[in-house]
Amino acid sequence: MTPLKERLVQLEVLRYNPDTDTEAHFQRYEVMCQEEWVVLDALNKVKADIDPTLNYRWSCHMAVCGSCGMMINGEPKLSCHAFLRSYEGVIRVEPLAHFPIERDLVTAPDDFMEKLKRVKPYVIPKEKKPISEGEYKQTPAQLMKFRQYSMCINCMLCYAACPEYGLEPEFIGPAALTMAHRYNLDSRDGGRKERQEVVATHEGVWTCTFVGACSEVCPAHVDPAGALQQLKITSSIDWIVEHLIPGGKS
Amino acid sequence: MSRRPLVRECPPTTWYFRQPRYLRYMSREITSIFVGAYCVLLVVGLQRLAAGPAAWEGFLQALRTPASIMFQFLALVAAVYHAATWFNATQKAMPVQIGEDFVPGSVISGAHYVAWAVLSLAILYLAGVF
Repeated sequence: MTPLKERLVQLEVLRYNPDTDTEAHFQRYEVMCQEEWVVLDALNKVKADIDPTLNYRWSCHMAVCGSCGMMINGEPKLSCHAFLRSYEGVIRVEPLAHFPIERDLVTAPDDFMEKLKRVKPYVIPKEKKPISEGEYKQTPAQLMKFRQYSMCINCMLCYAACPEYGLEPEFIGPAALTMAHRYNLDSRDGGRKERQEVVATHEGVWTCTFVGACSEVCPAHVDPAGALQQLKITSSIDWIVEHLIPGGKS
Repeated sequence: MSRRPLVRECPPTTWYFRQPRYLRYMSREITSIFVGAYCVLLVVGLQRLAAGPAAWEGFLQALRTPASIMFQFLALVAAVYHAATWFNATQKAMPVQIGEDFVPGSVISGAHYVAWAVLSLAILYLAGVF
């Protein structure tokens, strides 16, 4: 069996200790890695062999849990999905942009979690019926209408990529608005009107200027940029019906 | 242990230098300046036309100056870039589902290019070019 190729990897990691630091600073690590490793493996090696004080989040190591998002050479990435062979020279690792840094590479997701709650990301049935009447059925075509948008893993890479969120933190943001769209499109759902109170506002879809970076960095190919443009169209139609058509109601 | 998260501000005037994709976005936004300026030029042209034959002839002379031709060329490039990126975006904003499948995005964008070409030819026909 041929031995696995090894490579000396240089990592430049942003460090911040809330107990002692007033500013963040970069720390350089050199670590021997196997060629097929990902950045997360390199960080694990650093933590195991060099510096046990390094903090970061991770769980599944297979791009499913969405917890290891970081800026890698300035690009929002899942560190379990960022292969070392894709990088040359020093690899710069920073916490996700636009989120407060809790410690080292760990960010505070509180703002995103609060915004996600505001869009009511769950089915609000059109008509409530007793369990005895059976389940709410759905055809495959009805499922396909929203399936892509249900693939979000809440990794927040889209927020780190979105300059509008960085500049206007009130922006509800790509993932939460996409989740609103996902439930609006669900044939079992009747909650669009409730969600519009958040969606069709300045801090809702109208802060989005369609930079499109959210969709480019999304590891689950959800296409939040597409979802937001569709929300803009439905919100505009609502406005036209309400304000320009006599007797029209949103 | 108390929380003391560190907030790093997004630079308000230089953020678009951070990523090539942000520069691409800004270049598209800037095309609107040229498109807007060309619209102003058309309005001025209408005003000159209303002012009489001499004013209209002066306007046409002004259009033929090298600086004016350069501006019109830049405005054309900007308008084509703006239109192309817009048409490419339509497939995201207007997905078409037939049964369980979606119409390929290239068909949706392609239909817009075809409509663009047909309308442009119709306008050129009405203008007496053919």
